[in-house]
Amino acid sequence: MFESLSERLGHAVRQVTGRGRITDDNVRDTVRQIRMALLEADVALPVVRTLVERVRERASGREVARSLNPGQVFVRIVHDEIVTILGGDAQPIAAKGRPSVLMLVGLQGAGKTTTAGKLVPMLARGSNGEILLVSTDVYRPAAREQLGRLAGQLGAGFFEPERSDPAAIAAEARAEAVRRGCRWLILDTAGRLHIDEALMAEAGSIHSAVEPAETLFVLDAMAGQDAVNSARAFNDALPLTGVILTKADGDARGGAALSVREVTGLPIKLLGTGEKLDALEPFVPERFASRILGMGDVIGLVEQVESRVDRESVERVARKVKRGRELNLVDFRAQLEQLSNLGGLDSVLDKLPGIKPGALAATGFDDRVVRRQMALIDSMTPRERRYPAIIDGSRKRRIAAGAGLAVQDVSRLLKQHRRLAKAMKQAARGGMERMLAQAQRGRGGHWQR
Amino acid sequence: MLSGSTSEGDSGFFGRLRSRLNRGRAWLAGDLAGLFAGGIDAETLEALETELLLADVGVEATQALVDALQRSTKNGEDAVEALRGKVLELLDPLARPLDIPNGAKPFVILAVGVNGTGKTTTVGKLAHRFVAEGRSVVIAAADTFRAAAVEQLAEWGRRAGATVVSQADRADPAAVVHDALATARARGADVVIADTAGRLHSDAGLMDELAKIHRVVSRFDTQAPHETLLVLDASQGQNALVQAERFNDRLGVTGLAITKLDGTARGGIVIAIARRLALPIRFVAIGEAIEDFAVFSAGEFTDALIGDRAA
Ligand SMILES: Nc1nc2c(ncn2[C@@H]2O[C@H](COP(=O)(O)OP(=O)(O)OP(=O)(O)O)[C@@H](O)[C@H]2O)c(=O)[nH]1
Ligand SMILES: [Mg+2]
Repeated sequence: MFESLSERLGHAVRQVTGRGRITDDNVRDTVRQIRMALLEADVALPVVRTLVERVRERASGREVARSLNPGQVFVRIVHDEIVTILGGDAQPIAAKGRPSVLMLVGLQGAGKTTTAGKLVPMLARGSNGEILLVSTDVYRPAAREQLGRLAGQLGAGFFEPERSDPAAIAAEARAEAVRRGCRWLILDTAGRLHIDEALMAEAGSIHSAVEPAETLFVLDAMAGQDAVNSARAFNDALPLTGVILTKADGDARGGAALSVREVTGLPIKLLGTGEKLDALEPFVPERFASRILGMGDVIGLVEQVESRVDRESVERVARKVKRGRELNLVDFRAQLEQLSNLGGLDSVLDKLPGIKPGALAATGFDDRVVRRQMALIDSMTPRERRYPAIIDGSRKRRIAAGAGLAVQDVSRLLKQHRRLAKAMKQAARGGMERMLAQAQRGRGGHWQR
Repeated sequence: MLSGSTSEGDSGFFGRLRSRLNRGRAWLAGDLAGLFAGGIDAETLEALETELLLADVGVEATQALVDALQRSTKNGEDAVEALRGKVLELLDPLARPLDIPNGAKPFVILAVGVNGTGKTTTVGKLAHRFVAEGRSVVIAAADTFRAAAVEQLAEWGRRAGATVVSQADRADPAAVVHDALATARARGADVVIADTAGRLHSDAGLMDELAKIHRVVSRFDTQAPHETLLVLDASQGQNALVQAERFNDRLGVTGLAITKLDGTARGGIVIAIARRLALPIRFVAIGEAIEDFAVFSAGEFTDALIGDRAA
């Protein structure tokens, strides 16, 4: 069990000396994996191509820090590039005029009506004044009742139209909002296909009737390759101002958001994260980039490793391994210490994708064990640490007593040390690359093919 | 075969499907046909790979199809023909229409899926179809969560000529289904269709709720639900495969309905699902109207997707 853990984690702290620069050759495999990861995440193929190409150009020839390998650095650059595309700071909903009209558009089933409801408490937090809701969906059965119910639950105003033409309804609702001095008018529209010319023209006339402050494209986080086509068509037909990504509480990787952003340049403003009416959050590009790459917070882990690991001691161990020398308990203790420096095993495991909470407990190896083993090593003489083979029964008893532990604990430590020493001898090279590959395999194999 | 609510003339439902799917431009029939006519080489394979990926077929299934083509095709063979053969090979065994045997009464269908895929609309279209076939239908409004879900379904019930059984908002959905089953039995109805609330497969609590509904149905009749119908949205990407896997793990899905094939999304994820799960594909939907719905046919679907020789 220690072996498998050391495979997963030992590589994170045991480092190999630097390997020069990023070249097409040494990142070929990584590029392929990233391409697949992005496609599996539903990033549109043309966007995948330009992104990977751009990153390859930017990365080519770049010097690689001695603590990482080229593939790892490349992943890092892709991640940063995605963050850049997704945009910097979260963009708030902009007010313009009184009332400020927010118009929601999108395909059928994207989540427009629920989002219209969710906007109410969010906007109410930032401003006072009445919020009026109106639905121009005259097609789907009970669409207007749905929004009316939500308005009732939220204590927001709901406009009951007398007309049946969507643009006329919108204009009437706007007049009503002016009369009542409303701060916001939230306008829900029927879901429509971007190729439905009549309905796209209708959306245009609704827009002209109310001149919204924001016209927001509501996008399902589960959307596939076609999302770019629909987003582009909506953006051509209407002056869109932003995107709201819905159903992001699921396990979809949400690559459509990246494509839509890249293709239309529209900011992603908000993230729907549940069915409840308070489940609307600002969009955080950093977090979302890791999600698209499907890597958990591996980037965070890389940073943690980079900043907290004591290079000196790690490199000393690495040199020994390379020379084929046996690791002694001094080295072993150094390894354990690196683990605790990283914030403990839990904190490392938490950041790896595909690892369930409680996985650590199941292995029987936890931070408590790490601390105990360090205590045992601390209770040894320098000679014992250097030459563990001399530790016999009486030495074991003394060491155990010194650490306040049992003799079996000493035996277990020595056994684990022997296994680790063996494993490290076998593992010629590796580092983060190996760990990453492992972590990805843990996700169910979508990356491998 | 298209049995169906398709009353229109010679073109038939799949004629319309073909014209609606990608608006008449089957994806390989256009620009690529010329490229492929000369046989299969690395370039055509790559073009093919691109098209499959753009159709949401996914990395794994695309690779498998391209590999299979590469292995099995003879010199000079038409690539589009060869691909059609491979896709048909996959889909044909899954074209198993939903069959209502005489013994099962009421025949119980449980419609499930993630939010917004088209469950309620599909339930309405299904009811319409059964009523047109002369069966009596009871619909259970088991989405007690979403605002006005019951009203939406009630309208579909009116259109279809089916009875809708509902309770108050926030009622226990399993109780609503039980209610509908009892009503159906008392009236000697032929079919019960339960519309459930949309839920993400990753929400454990909501999946438990669905499993409970499933158990309640089974207690009513050990053979029921006779059909657990997963409604998938063709415009969704790779997550639809995960949806199929999770709903299937939890409930034992017995059939799929694929909606929104009237957009420009190509629904290629069906191919990925076919490879992994081999679940029967029962129905396809190409619009919001009650008649925009038909039994899945592998041949017609493949032609609509890839383009036939005539196209
Ligand atoms: N274009 C198109 N729209 C469809 C199709 N099927 C359903 N819709 C539309 O998709 C939207 C959502 O459909 P619903 O039937 O309400 O979906 P649902 O799965 O019941 O949704 P929830 O109960 O909210 O999870 C509605 O606007 C439908 O009219 C289809 O085949 N094509
Ligand atoms: Mg519904």
